[in-house]
Amino acid sequence: MAKLECNGLTKIYQDNRKALDEVSFSVETSGIFGLIGRNGAGKTTLVRILATELEPTQGSASINGLNILTQEDKVREKIAIVPQEARAIRWMTPKQTVFSYLLWRGYSMRDAKRLADESLIKLGLQQYANVLNSKLSGGTKRKVLIATVMASEAEVIFLDEPTTGLDPISRRELWEILRDIGKTRFIFLTTHYLEEAEQIADRIGILKDGRLVSIGTLAELRKSSPYQYSIKLPPKTQVPPLKDAAVTVSQSGYTQIMTHEAEAFSIARLLSEQGIKFSITPVTLDDIFFHLVGQKVRENHET
Amino acid sequence: MKRNRLSQIFAGVLVNAIYEMKNYPIVLLSTVISPLSLLAVITFVSSGTLLGTAIQGGLIMIFFSSGIALQSDLSHLKNDFKLQDMIVSSPTSSKLYMGGMALAEIVYSIPGLAILIILAGIYLQPSPIQILILTTVLFVMFVVSVAIGFMLSTFSSDVVQSYAFSRLLSLLFAALPPVYYPISYVPAPFNYLAYLSPTTYAAEIMHSATGYLDIPLSRIIVDWAVLLGVGAIILLVAIKKSRWKDV
Repeated sequence: MAKLECNGLTKIYQDNRKALDEVSFSVETSGIFGLIGRNGAGKTTLVRILATELEPTQGSASINGLNILTQEDKVREKIAIVPQEARAIRWMTPKQTVFSYLLWRGYSMRDAKRLADESLIKLGLQQYANVLNSKLSGGTKRKVLIATVMASEAEVIFLDEPTTGLDPISRRELWEILRDIGKTRFIFLTTHYLEEAEQIADRIGILKDGRLVSIGTLAELRKSSPYQYSIKLPPKTQVPPLKDAAVTVSQSGYTQIMTHEAEAFSIARLLSEQGIKFSITPVTLDDIFFHLVGQKVRENHET
Repeated sequence: MKRNRLSQIFAGVLVNAIYEMKNYPIVLLSTVISPLSLLAVITFVSSGTLLGTAIQGGLIMIFFSSGIALQSDLSHLKNDFKLQDMIVSSPTSSKLYMGGMALAEIVYSIPGLAILIILAGIYLQPSPIQILILTTVLFVMFVVSVAIGFMLSTFSSDVVQSYAFSRLLSLLFAALPPVYYPISYVPAPFNYLAYLSPTTYAAEIMHSATGYLDIPLSRIIVDWAVLLGVGAIILLVAIKKSRWKDV
């Protein structure tokens, strides 16, 4: 089975900042892998190392059996990246953007033109093909970059925070596109939108301070978490006695209890008997992330 | 998959020159203004006697500035659009990327270059030997400036500074030194200062080859030695110090 494998990847920058600390994991190169973490967790550093843009200080990695350090030319034949904060060049059109990238990858003019047209059609960009990138919306510009790498033969596509700054509708449109691409290629995606990882990633890795603290499918992450259920209580509700649970209170007064299955149902029964309104759900990626990373990512939701 | 190297070079020419010229034709005007305005000033001030050297000065300025412009263009594409990151993670080598981008700078200068070549044909009427000498000097000048440009771009992370630095280098090496007029017009001690710039040696060789400067053969040999030596050193430093992959 084709895999992306990291073995003790460590990166210490010249200013002595440690961005990655002995990161080791292995994922199959199919579907979508979502790497989540707070800003500065090391996501971009890891992606840049895997995409052969940045030298690690220690450790090694391979993509589909090709070592990224000793066989980087061969690796580059198989990969493509849309870097964080990449922008479509403003004096070019989407068609010119995709076409020139394909030429850079060594396609003939004829093949590059055909593949550029196909890719733009596939992403619904044909009506913008000859419009200057500078005149396109943020979401469309981002789609142009996705179309650019998608038009290539790359089997592994790295997308570093592809939806950052997009409005919710554009973000969801892009998710659909990524899901579609993920059916035929491997997407390695970083994001700090947990909902995004939850919605589109088949497997998720959580990075904290340069260390990989958890990896697996959402179900596996839930299973590995000490808490499987989340109970939310409205403000000013008396919290029942708890044995093995984590309690947090949001700024708006809502109380969240995270606990394991047995205690969750016993609390639910108790609350029902007392006629207290509450909601009970399996823990979300937010909850798992909060628990693992130990820092609040976003404000607790009111339910 | 068999990769087409010509395509890989041509991509740089398209992105860094042709698409901008095609989509924003106004840039065509800006590429001729700098070399031709200085040429006009020198020609008018000298009542036409220095038109020949001014044409050669214009050519030196175009070739040198083109290479130096690579610095700000590469830095702009790298830092503002993250293009270089996309290309590093692709089957394109640094040589093909840089080759295409450097060629693009010449293509970008074609309007000004065309006017100067026509003027040279009319007023200088160079012999084949003179054409060979002028072309070789301009090529060396271009290689030196491309090497400087590429090396600086790999270290630059601030686009505003890059553009300012490009303009400064072009001014220091292509406008201030005596390239539009013979060095004999520069009084001492400033003529010694002029020899700090490699473009002065290039201009001396060209002006002498076209009969606008009378200097002994030994000095021409020294000029060639300095030009090629400086070129080789800068090229070596650029190859050694430039970074394609970040560390």
